[in-house]
Amino acid sequence: MTLLALNPLVSPDPGLFIWSTVAFLLLFFLLSKFAWKPIVKALDERERSIEDALAKAEMAKEEMAKLTNENELLLKQARSERDDILKQAKILKDQIVSDAKVSAQTEGSKMIEKARIEIENQKIAAIAEVKDQVATLSIQIAEKLLRKQFEDQNKQNALVTDLLKEVKLN
Amino acid sequence: MDLSQILNSKKLVHIAFYAVFFACVTFTVSAQEPEKVEEPHVTRSEMNAPHEEKEEDISATILHHIADSHEWHFWGEGEHKVSVPLPVILWTQNGLVTFLSNKHDENDHGTEIFEEKGQPMVNYHGKYYYPGQKNAEGAYVEIDENGVPTNAKPLDVSITKNVVSLFLSVIVLLLVFTGIAKSYRVREMKAPKGLQSILEPIIIFVRDDIAKPQLGHRYAAFMPYLLTVFFFVWLNNLMGLIPFFPGGANLTGNISVTMMLALCTFVLTTVNGNKNYWGHVFTPHVPWWLYPLMIPVEIIGLFTKPIALMIRLFANITAGHILILSLISLIFILKSVFVAGIAVPFVIFISVIELVVGFIQAFIFTILSALFIGMAVEEHTAH
Repeated sequence: MTLLALNPLVSPDPGLFIWSTVAFLLLFFLLSKFAWKPIVKALDERERSIEDALAKAEMAKEEMAKLTNENELLLKQARSERDDILKQAKILKDQIVSDAKVSAQTEGSKMIEKARIEIENQKIAAIAEVKDQVATLSIQIAEKLLRKQFEDQNKQNALVTDLLKEVKLN
Repeated sequence: MDLSQILNSKKLVHIAFYAVFFACVTFTVSAQEPEKVEEPHVTRSEMNAPHEEKEEDISATILHHIADSHEWHFWGEGEHKVSVPLPVILWTQNGLVTFLSNKHDENDHGTEIFEEKGQPMVNYHGKYYYPGQKNAEGAYVEIDENGVPTNAKPLDVSITKNVVSLFLSVIVLLLVFTGIAKSYRVREMKAPKGLQSILEPIIIFVRDDIAKPQLGHRYAAFMPYLLTVFFFVWLNNLMGLIPFFPGGANLTGNISVTMMLALCTFVLTTVNGNKNYWGHVFTPHVPWWLYPLMIPVEIIGLFTKPIALMIRLFANITAGHILILSLISLIFILKSVFVAGIAVPFVIFISVIELVVGFIQAFIFTILSALFIGMAVEEHTAH
C-alpha cells in the first residue's frame, strides 16, 4: 500500500472509478443493444449475401460453361452426323451412279447383242433371199441362155464335145 | 511524374525541417554560452537552490496537468484564470454535500476550514478532507513522509474533469455507433457510406483480427464487449491528446479507469471460465509434488493478467502525456524561447507517435482481453 500511496497518480480514485464503471457499463449495454448487435448482424448478413451472390455467380458460370460445352458437343455431334450423312449420300450416289452405269452397260450390251443377233438374222435372211433371187435369176438367165444356145444344133454338139473333152482331161 | 514531384517536395520539406532544426540547435547553444561563462561567479548552493525548486515546480505542474481536477481549466493563472467550475459531490459523515468547485477553491493549502451542511472540511491541493490537527504550515492536515495527507476524507463522487470527459466520450460513442447502426438498417445489404465506411473496416478488424483468432467460434458472444472496450479506449486515448476542450482530460491514463476496464475483463474471464480453465488452475499439468508451488503461481497468474492490463494502458498513456509535457517544459527549464525550435518539432513528432500509440494500446488492451477470455472458454488445450 505504501507503493500505491507514493504517488497520487497510481492511487485509484474511488469517485472516478464509480463514475467510469457506471458510464462504461451503461455504454456497454446501450451499445450492445442498439449498435453492436444490429451492426454485427448486418455485417454478417451482408457478407453472407455477398458470398451467396459470388457462389451463385460461380454456379451460373459453371452452368454456362456446361451449357457451352454441351452445345459444342451437340454441334460436334451434329456436324459429324451431317458428315456421316453426306458421306453416306455420296456413297449412295456413287453406288447409284455405278449401278446405273453397270445396268446401262449391261442393258446396252444386251440391246447391242440383240441388235446384232437381229442384224445377223436379217442378214442371213437377206442373204438367203438374195441367194434365192440369184438362183432364180441365174436359172432364168441360164434358161434363157440355154434356150438361145440350143436353138442352133451345131452349137449343142460343140458343147457336148467340149464337155466331153474336159471330162477326159480330168 | 506526379510521384517524383511528391517525393521531391517531401525531400524539400525534410531538408527545410533539418535546416531549421540545426539552426535552432546552434542558436540555443550560443544562447546558453554566456550563462555558462557567468556560472563560476555564483556559489554552488545559490545556484542549486532555485534550480531545484524550479524542477520540482515543473514536475508538480506536469503531474497537475495529467491529474484529475474539480474544474475545467482553459488558460490563465490566479485572478485571470479562465475555467469552468464543475460540481463537487461528497458523501460525508453528515450525508450528501454538493457545491460548485469554485465556491471553496481560493484556498487549496488546507489552511482554512469551511463548512457545508454543517460538515467542516478543508481543501488541500484540490482534494477535500476532514480537518485534522493544525500542522507547522498552518494547514489542518497531517502529511505523511510521501507528502500525502493521512486525514480521513469523504467519498468524493464529484463530476470531475475526467468524469465530464468520460461522459463526453460515452455520448460521442453512443451517437456515432447508434447512427451507424441506423445506417446499417436503412442501407441494408448495400455498400457502407460516410462514417459507416470509415468505421466498418475497424469493426471488421476487431472481429477478424482480435475476436476470431483468440475466441474461435465463440467470438460472437464477446463481440459487443470487445468492440465497446476498443472504441472506448481508442476514443479516450485520442481525446486525451487534444490539448484543449473537449480533450485534455487524461482519462485512459488514469489508473481508476484502466482498473475499471481491467476489472471488467477479469469479471468476464472469471464468469466465463469453464471446467478446463479452472482445472488448469487447480490441477496443473505437472507432477503432484509440484502442486504446492504451481497452484499458488496459477492463482497469482489469475490476478496478474488483469493487473498487467491495467498498468500497461495507464503507464503508456501517462508516459506519453508526461513526455509531451516534459518537452514543452524544456523551454521553461532552459529559460529560452529558442528551445521551442527543438521542443515543438519534437512535441509534434511525439504527438504523432502518440496517435499511433493510442490506437496500438486500444488494440493491445482489446486483444489481450480477448486472449484472456479465450483462455477461459477454450475447450481443451494442446500440450
